[in-house]
Amino acid sequence: MTTVTHKPTNPTAHLSEDDIAEIGRRLDEIRQEVVDDRGESDAAYIRGMVDLQRKLELGSRAVLLFSALPPAWLVGTAGLTVAKILENMEIGHNVMHGQWDWMRDPKIHSTTWEWDNASTAAGWKHSHNEIHHTYTNIVGKDNDLGYGIMRVDEEQRWAPLYLAQPLWNLVNACFFEYGIAAYDLELGRNLALPEDKRPESFKKALRATLRKIRKQATKDYVVHPLLSLPTGSALPTLAANFTANLLRNLWSHSVIMCGHFPEGVETFERAAIPEKETRGEWYVRQMLGSANISGSRAMHVMTGNLSHQIEHHLFPDLPSNRYAEVAPKVKQVFDDYGLTYLSRPLPQQVASAWHKVIRLSLPNGWLATTDAKNLPSQLRLLYTLATADRKTRKVIALRLEERAGELAAA
Amino acid sequence: MKIMSTIPAATLRAAAPRRSPRALLRAVADAAVSPLSLDDLLDHFHPLRGGTGVGRVRGRIVEVRPETADAATVVIQPGRDWAGHLPGQYVRVGIEVDGVRLWRCYSLTHGPRRDGRISITVKAIPGGVVSNHLVRRAAAGQMVHLAQPEGEFVLDPAHRKLLLITGGSGITPVIGMLRNLYSKAAPDDRYDVVLVHSALTHDDVIFGAELRAHAAAGRLRLVERHTDTDGLLTTADLEAAVPDLDERLAYACGPAGLLDTLEAFYADRRLDLFTERFRPALLDADAAGGTLTFERDGRQVEAAGSTPILDAAEEAGVLMPSGCRMGICMGCVLPMTKGTVRDLRTGELTVAVPGETDAGGVPIQTCVSAAAGPCHLDH
Repeated sequence: MTTVTHKPTNPTAHLSEDDIAEIGRRLDEIRQEVVDDRGESDAAYIRGMVDLQRKLELGSRAVLLFSALPPAWLVGTAGLTVAKILENMEIGHNVMHGQWDWMRDPKIHSTTWEWDNASTAAGWKHSHNEIHHTYTNIVGKDNDLGYGIMRVDEEQRWAPLYLAQPLWNLVNACFFEYGIAAYDLELGRNLALPEDKRPESFKKALRATLRKIRKQATKDYVVHPLLSLPTGSALPTLAANFTANLLRNLWSHSVIMCGHFPEGVETFERAAIPEKETRGEWYVRQMLGSANISGSRAMHVMTGNLSHQIEHHLFPDLPSNRYAEVAPKVKQVFDDYGLTYLSRPLPQQVASAWHKVIRLSLPNGWLATTDAKNLPSQLRLLYTLATADRKTRKVIALRLEERAGELAAA
Repeated sequence: MKIMSTIPAATLRAAAPRRSPRALLRAVADAAVSPLSLDDLLDHFHPLRGGTGVGRVRGRIVEVRPETADAATVVIQPGRDWAGHLPGQYVRVGIEVDGVRLWRCYSLTHGPRRDGRISITVKAIPGGVVSNHLVRRAAAGQMVHLAQPEGEFVLDPAHRKLLLITGGSGITPVIGMLRNLYSKAAPDDRYDVVLVHSALTHDDVIFGAELRAHAAAGRLRLVERHTDTDGLLTTADLEAAVPDLDERLAYACGPAGLLDTLEAFYADRRLDLFTERFRPALLDADAAGGTLTFERDGRQVEAAGSTPILDAAEEAGVLMPSGCRMGICMGCVLPMTKGTVRDLRTGELTVAVPGETDAGGVPIQTCVSAAAGPCHLDH
């Protein structure tokens, strides 16, 4: 992927200013229809979801009190995993977006909600709602693009360190909630500062996050195992809670990678975004910067309806249960203006996102110019590249890109 | 590393004070359900329990009984933290209409009941979202939210010679008083009550049968006025109907026009009058509004010059403190750090200028104030 402005054919080049304004008008209209219509059944949906989640979590934890028995362990762990996923995704993420603020229920409101996650609601709302949703896929501005630790774009200069990127991505997936907490805090950047130069706001947020992590870890790894002690199930319960957190992390990481990472999703150059982006321009950026996952109703719920990433990015504060119904109307707008509506089943999207992680961990063009026959020589080349000094690296990298270009042309 | 050392220190501090076994159990339960608390879960599964806190009492509707063609009595089982009320007081009820929680005040129409239930009687007013919902759509089993009872419109036990003047649904606080007086095993016969009630027609009299039965049994003197045929009640009519008016302590509740007339009349005669108003008389301000900025989260809301800030903010999904919604209880007051608001009752302007007015902001009643230009609220 290359930022749209550097592509040979800019996918938005055929759109006139009027087209973009019209896209904005049509999407606003789709949004307004839902706003005018939301009511009792939507409220019943989120309340039902909260109720289901709480019963499922309490039930699963009750079963885990006897998790020394293998069937109980399996059932309890599966139930708890689903409950944790629902709590974070269909409920937490969406409530904190303000999707349910219109109900005026202080117990289901973006300003009062706290979730079962290492990052604090306040920290997450800032980095996610304000930064990521505003600056979606703008390289250097949107930290969700690789979370500041990965090479996500050809235009980012390659370095040998990036060879470890697939491994790094896997580790991040396993401990995703801590990764998110770290990047909400901009931990790397702040820790690089001398201790007395770190902003007070960072120190405060750090204390809050550590407190939150302690509370959540105490719950899963101390209190519940102790409650299971009488049945000799302390260790199985601890293992179950760890497994549920791990699976939740892997699942949410996969879903979120699918939202902005698969091949075909566009990124944007900071300098090419107008100072005052119009509503239509903002919409178009969201349209091109997101990808959907197609699948069953259950899959949509389990992803927190982030499977409708495109709709979510266009209308982040519409109730999640309505994305499915606006999706065909949104797709029609894409079709009418010759824009690509990216939607594929989960396995394909995950594979595509991972393919990109691996491709970009290598120098530009390396993967494209490699086949079974030339693999040994390509590996030697990679080794040379990784160990060469900067100048040599630049020369080899350029040659590699040229060859890939020739190959693509032929 | 310095950061890590904060964890054990915090743990030690938290563990230091000695706790009762009950408090300890609760602490364990809270830790087991973090980030929720035990209370969150108890409220979720047992909303009428004791311990919700007086500010968060729930209630379950047990019956909706039609009174007239457009009025109904809603009987509610309140949660255990309901503090109890005096006859004549009102309660703020929060109910979900079309998924949106809306709060309104209603007079309690029973004295304290033996079964612990409370009742409100609601008249559906044209265009009234909540009143129409309660009269026509509410059903047994539905949950509501309750504030604690409020209001000064209660009988003074030192006075037993009373004149009660009511119009339309203004009968609702008064029926609570009467039921309390007459429902006891040995009704207090030292009371001498005249009730002057005006309604559109004979059939529009809420609690008509009950009031007429009291009158027939000699428990009170009832003067019914049907404005469709008799015209509006005047003070001359009142003097004619109640010759001993000067000797009676007067209570009035009804439309603003009736109350304004009575207040002027009683002031002239230097007599005491207790009134209960359901809605404040608001100016029909045609002024330009402004943008409200909520400083805590930076949210901005456009507000019209004729709409109370409270309504405009709630409409936009902002969680606002609220109370009586008529400028009395001060439950909705927020500090304004910058800007100008207009009091919708008087038209008076209140201004906050940073550096000149109070640093903490100028307190404004959001339920009766409208934006008169951009306003910054510390909320």
